[in-house]
Amino acid sequence: MRFLFKTDYNQDIRIAKHSGYYWSYGLLLLIVIAAPYFLEGYYIGQMTQLFIIAMAGVGLMLLAGYTGLVSLGHAAFFGIGAYTEAVLTSNGVPLPFMEEPVIFPFVISMPLAAIFAALAGVVIGIPVLRLTGIYLAIATFAFALVIEEILSRWESVTNGYTGLLVESLYVGDTELTDGAPFYFLSLGLLVLVILISINLLRSPTGRAMMAIRDSEVSAQSMGVNLARVKTTAFALSAGITGLAGALFAHKLGFLSPESFTVFQSLELLVLVVVGGIGSLHGAIFGAIFVLALPQGLAILKDYLPTAIAETPGMEPFIFGLILVLVIIFEPYGIYGRWLKIKHYFQMFPVYKKATFKRQKAYMKSERLK
Amino acid sequence: MSIGCIYALVALGFVLIYKATEVVNFAQGELMMLGAFLAYTFISILGWNYWVGAAASIFCMFVIGNFVDRIFLRPVLGQPQFSIVMVTIGFGYMARSGAGMIPGWGTETYAISTPFSSEGMSLVPESIGSLVISQTDLSVIIATVLLCAILYAFFTHTRLGIAMQASSQNQLAAYYMGIPVKAVFSMIWGISAAVAAAAGILLAPTTLIDTSMGFIGLKAFPAAVLGGFGSIPGAVVGGVIIGIIETLAGFYLPPGFKNVAAYIVLLVVLVVRPQGLFGQKTGKRV
Repeated sequence: MRFLFKTDYNQDIRIAKHSGYYWSYGLLLLIVIAAPYFLEGYYIGQMTQLFIIAMAGVGLMLLAGYTGLVSLGHAAFFGIGAYTEAVLTSNGVPLPFMEEPVIFPFVISMPLAAIFAALAGVVIGIPVLRLTGIYLAIATFAFALVIEEILSRWESVTNGYTGLLVESLYVGDTELTDGAPFYFLSLGLLVLVILISINLLRSPTGRAMMAIRDSEVSAQSMGVNLARVKTTAFALSAGITGLAGALFAHKLGFLSPESFTVFQSLELLVLVVVGGIGSLHGAIFGAIFVLALPQGLAILKDYLPTAIAETPGMEPFIFGLILVLVIIFEPYGIYGRWLKIKHYFQMFPVYKKATFKRQKAYMKSERLK
Repeated sequence: MSIGCIYALVALGFVLIYKATEVVNFAQGELMMLGAFLAYTFISILGWNYWVGAAASIFCMFVIGNFVDRIFLRPVLGQPQFSIVMVTIGFGYMARSGAGMIPGWGTETYAISTPFSSEGMSLVPESIGSLVISQTDLSVIIATVLLCAILYAFFTHTRLGIAMQASSQNQLAAYYMGIPVKAVFSMIWGISAAVAAAAGILLAPTTLIDTSMGFIGLKAFPAAVLGGFGSIPGAVVGGVIIGIIETLAGFYLPPGFKNVAAYIVLLVVLVVRPQGLFGQKTGKRV
């Protein structure tokens, strides 16, 4: 067990809590950087997808895990990012003062995709600021359904259900959106996003977000500008998710509104919850879970009797079951379990179960008559 | 109008649970689906009389609702509202795919034979005008009105109903007053599931039964919000209004609007008047 004696304030807000962090995360970074050199193409693709989904997870985590605003419509931002990227990079956009339609290079189009999604986040964020809890969730849910309908009906831009082809990107002669280059692009952006999030969370804005999560009224009394912080959180979260969407567009290569339904939103939410709400690690763990579950089940199917293995709907059933079990038995998700295991070894002979014991509580009403 | 009544019934289920336990049940549509499948089992597979089958499936759903609360929701009682909502979402997943796995139910579509014909029936004499309604639709409307009246009376005039209102306002205080809060919650879930089953049975002739019929539950959200979450008459009025708006949007607006009209209304209502038509304005406790 390592004891941290904090002697000044700067120590408290350092990104790495102690030198061990450099070793463990440095090693992790080395492994993921080295991975493409000894993995097969299929696994590189899977890892890339993992990074993209984890990025979207980080986006939602900022909102749901740190600001306490639950969004049931994050697939909408994901979709906006993806479609923006696809439209900007493929056919070119006719702009005023330009003779020919402009085809944006990805260095510009990806930030633009993020900004567009962030703007959508502000648009939905401002009117729903007055809402809390379940009303907010329902409002974002309705918003996502409307966006889904727009994506499928605005055929001149999105091509409707026929789908939209996404062009591959090239830098010089290397194709950027496939194999190892895309892997590094996604990894780099994910690391960037995580660093931005960590930095954000130790800044006044991040602290204000957490204060709002813990108690809105108290935060307001302490001088937190609720409207501004909430809108910022919405915009950031939507922007990050939009950036992930832009990458996802290239990963898929072909967009149709069916990729951005309510179920995608629910899956993102499940990712956040199962991974461990309220921690950035959780977003990564959750992404691993969401990606690995179907694969694991596919492998498991070979060992099960055919009668069970052939049943349709096995996968969503297990998905739902795991979600329920996680919430009942491990409310902080995979990351919570990881903390417990770590703690067990750190404290080795004297680990107490009670350290992480939950308080019994009666639900406090949100209504006030 | 009759589709509005179905929305109203599903919204009623939402409202019942929300009113008493402050949980929004995202699996309400799935409960409805289970109810419809049970009715299908009793009536079409086992060949029971329609009324007996319907009553049996409503009763079964009451029991199932109780169990859902016991098994899934009681362990998370007192946790943040959001985790409880996630539990209901998880249960929705399980119910939807679980129903597809049960032999005899499967993923195909089924129909129940009903004693109501779908032929038109004029409500007013021909001399006054033409107002034609099918028996199926009429049955839906009448059943909705009846159920609402019963539930409203139950909540305002019986001991149990008042106990439910009390535990919805303050769980701890209700507990101190000797109300068995947990049992009351199970009861509420039972009632809500039974209402959902009724909705499913009534809906069956119009949309047929399959495992994805639960998605209609999503349309009931706008209804519940429009009426003001937590108000029984509100849910019904909201449901009917949403049904009418949707039908009108299908007639007068370009295609595509029909699907989202309800949600646009929902967003507008949330922005303009978050407490809904019949809701009470509330503050939030620290």
